[in-house]
Amino acid sequence: MNDLFGKLDIRAFQHDAIENSVGVVIALTSLIIIGFVTYHGRWKWLWKEWITSLDPKRIGVMYLIVVLLMLFKGVMDAVMMRAQLAMAVGDTAGFLGAAHFQQVFSAHGTTMIFFVGMGAIFATMNFVVPLQIGARDVAFPFLNSLSFWLFAVSAALVNVSMFVGEFSATGWLAYPPLSGIEYSPGVGVDYWIWVLQISGVSSLLSGINFLVTILKMRAPGMTLMRMPIFIWSIFGALVLIVVAFPILTATLALLALDRVLGMHFFTSAAGGNPMMYINLIWAWGHPEVYILVLPAFGIFSEIVSTFSQKKLFGYTSMVWALMIITFLSFVVWLHHFFTMGAGANVNAFFGIMTVLIAVPTGVKVFNWLFTMRQGKIHLSTPMLWFLAFIFIFSTGGMTGVLLSIPPADFQLHNSLFLIAHFHSMVIGGVLFGIFAGLSYWFPKFTGFKLDERLGRYAFWCWFIGFLLAFMPLYALGLMGATRRLDHYEVHAWQPLYMIAAAGVPFIIVGIILQNLQILVGYKNRKTDSAIMGDSWNGRTLEWSTSSPPPPYNFAIIPHVGERDPFWAVKEGNEKPEHRKYEDIMMPRNTSFGFWIAGFAFLIGFAIIWHIWWFGLLCLATLLTLVIIRTWGGMDEEVITAEEVKNIEEKGFNRWQQS
Amino acid sequence: MAAELAEHAHPEHDREVFERTIFGFWMYLMSDCVLFGTLFATYAVLQDSLAGGPSGKELFNLPYALLETLILLTSSFTSGLAMLSAHKKNLLRTILYFAITFILGASFLTLEINEFSHMVQEGNSWQRSAFLSSYFTLVSTHGLHITVGLLWMTVMMAQVLVRGFLPETLKRLTCLCLFWHFLDIVWIFIFTFVYLMGVT
Amino acid sequence: MSESPLEGKSLGEGSFESYLFGFIASLLLTLTSFFLVSEQLLTTNFVDPLIIGLAVIQMVAQVVFFLHLGNESSPRWNLQLFLFMMMVVVIVVFGSIWIMNHLNYNTMPMERTMK
Repeated sequence: MNDLFGKLDIRAFQHDAIENSVGVVIALTSLIIIGFVTYHGRWKWLWKEWITSLDPKRIGVMYLIVVLLMLFKGVMDAVMMRAQLAMAVGDTAGFLGAAHFQQVFSAHGTTMIFFVGMGAIFATMNFVVPLQIGARDVAFPFLNSLSFWLFAVSAALVNVSMFVGEFSATGWLAYPPLSGIEYSPGVGVDYWIWVLQISGVSSLLSGINFLVTILKMRAPGMTLMRMPIFIWSIFGALVLIVVAFPILTATLALLALDRVLGMHFFTSAAGGNPMMYINLIWAWGHPEVYILVLPAFGIFSEIVSTFSQKKLFGYTSMVWALMIITFLSFVVWLHHFFTMGAGANVNAFFGIMTVLIAVPTGVKVFNWLFTMRQGKIHLSTPMLWFLAFIFIFSTGGMTGVLLSIPPADFQLHNSLFLIAHFHSMVIGGVLFGIFAGLSYWFPKFTGFKLDERLGRYAFWCWFIGFLLAFMPLYALGLMGATRRLDHYEVHAWQPLYMIAAAGVPFIIVGIILQNLQILVGYKNRKTDSAIMGDSWNGRTLEWSTSSPPPPYNFAIIPHVGERDPFWAVKEGNEKPEHRKYEDIMMPRNTSFGFWIAGFAFLIGFAIIWHIWWFGLLCLATLLTLVIIRTWGGMDEEVITAEEVKNIEEKGFNRWQQS
Repeated sequence: MAAELAEHAHPEHDREVFERTIFGFWMYLMSDCVLFGTLFATYAVLQDSLAGGPSGKELFNLPYALLETLILLTSSFTSGLAMLSAHKKNLLRTILYFAITFILGASFLTLEINEFSHMVQEGNSWQRSAFLSSYFTLVSTHGLHITVGLLWMTVMMAQVLVRGFLPETLKRLTCLCLFWHFLDIVWIFIFTFVYLMGVT
Repeated sequence: MSESPLEGKSLGEGSFESYLFGFIASLLLTLTSFFLVSEQLLTTNFVDPLIIGLAVIQMVAQVVFFLHLGNESSPRWNLQLFLFMMMVVVIVVFGSIWIMNHLNYNTMPMERTMK
């Protein structure tokens, strides 16, 4: 081992054909993007307006870009797995060897949960939360930028693993002892650990930021019970983030200490206990899945209400349901390892608690349906996503209740039945929620609507694709097929695997159509942004601003008298206020978030490859940057009342163009 | 300086920023409590996994741990006095009390590192058993936080000397003192669960 | 000299009396726990819960007198967050101990037969 380069040597750059192809795709995509920006001469603009921006609306869009890139990567992983399993029965080995297959499913899970799921939630939070609560910004704008860049940098680190070294092959949760240094001596698990540690810090900082924002920066008159239900759902998710993510940070640190310093937390020898890892990781892991799904619930609440032109049914019970779910998500985690052998009493307790969580969830489903009843329903794309969600999430939820019964789980644990269950939750719930939110709020942050017809086609492709890809898995699980198999012997399973693979082209077409939606929408955009302000005859405050909103969101902070405050203004219940324009203080752009995150990336890389001197140097630099940034006063600039008046009267779009 | 003072002609805005920052920092401290909670849970589960090596009873020196505890407790008290002096804008007293806090904190760390190096020299390092891994990690995580606190204290003393008692300086000093008090509270539990209960 | 613009009660704003009281209370609680253990005045079964109780009391003392929690006006978010965090820590710590004890008991037959 070379002291200068740690474990890094030429072998890290040597890959086989499949790994090389993936590397080529990533490299090509990056080159195309870089080429595109260079060709249009936009680097300075990108730096000034986006990379150094502290505007949550911009940060939200940047999160979304990373999310979409990582979604593509995660879907490619899925395509590879489905293709492999459609053919790899009996004597046919398929094209992916076992080692590759293991890397693929590990990358798939890690990418989808941490980069697509969490990223989309933070994108939505950044864009929607300040607007919906009538605020101008988040509580800590600089921290927001730092959070985004830490997130982006950890996504970069995952991609770097494709070129330098390898990624983890131990699943998205890396159970020891397999993930310990003895059985995974390569750098794969180390990449996984540090990617998650960096993005974990990002998540925690955002959690704190948005929680303070919601609790301290609501517009005057917006009491808690007048907040949009989306904000309540985010509130639940944020509480979970602040209180659960430290468990992940600690547990991953313990695994890293085992691997790097020869400790014995989870080793098979010297008194270590691998089961403790599983216990701790799921104590985080269960709240994590609620962090992912609660915002989706919130998005659907907004959409059902808007597209039924009716206020949400049972607001108070919805709030209670959200808070009960938030609390209960802390007392169910053992249901992820019923089969690990804790015995009947322990299993029974957690089984019962898990069944209980279905109750408030059911309350929410009924409230959504009652909202639709006797409403003026518009089946626009967001509403279609909602209806698919109701079907998939309810059936998938019922399989969850089935799995929560320990004796049933003993049969079904780690079978494809489980895979079908959680993909119903994550795709039917979280991903469809993200897609619905995207179609719903897209006009707000870009100024044009996505093409509606293509949106409907994309929806149907996804819905049919999902059903084809996952319904057979319930049957396969009951027939004994387990997860993470790269090859199987039972010929009777193959037809079902092939049906599952048939879902893939539908989903791919769906994704292509979703991208086309953006292009066609842009081509057909109307230039009158005033109409675009209230794209859907909305009920909440974000629809009262222009599309996109000006940097300060509201020229005059609204006073809120009831729920659905914008609807109240339109109905004439609230008079829109005509106060004088005032000077507005906004935070100044800064590149410190970008640089600090950059050094965090280098520290992660250094630890992975055991290049200690370099890691320490980068740490010292990072600390210096932090000290410099936090030495001075508030870095703000003024938008004068005159400028505000100009922007408001011209309309933000045209002011931007002038 | 005049420009900075002019910036602070909005006391209400300053108050809002102060409250938000303190609240946000409090939230971070709550998350840190959960981090330590996880390490305590791990220690509780693995403390009897000795792998044939020594237990706490054989390793821990109670009077030594008591000394560490009293030093840290005193430093928590003096940091409070430093904060009071800062609110009164008394430069000399603020620096003095922070300097005492720093010295006490550094002494605490020195004692701890000394204890660790003895254990390592006798062959009882973190690699010996799950119990020792848990012990070293829990106590070192606390020690690492103390180290960060000392670094932060140095930066803040410099900031006070150079920039005086501006609202943002007071805001940061408040966060630092909350952090320092919090570290003493975590230590109460380390002293109790690890040292006192380790010996009984 | 202008007054600090930060008047009014919040976390991190206290009085000399509160710091002194907190310090003395913590001192007494620490020394009590120490002497209970070092002089072995009680059996383990009694001593352990007692010193845990003393630790909790000292935590409350420091949280109130050093951190000034409880001084804020409604809606008392700091206090609510603190309580929620404590609940989660208790669940994770005691839940883990409960679960792991059962796992250990059920999955290590060698130790059982050796006892």
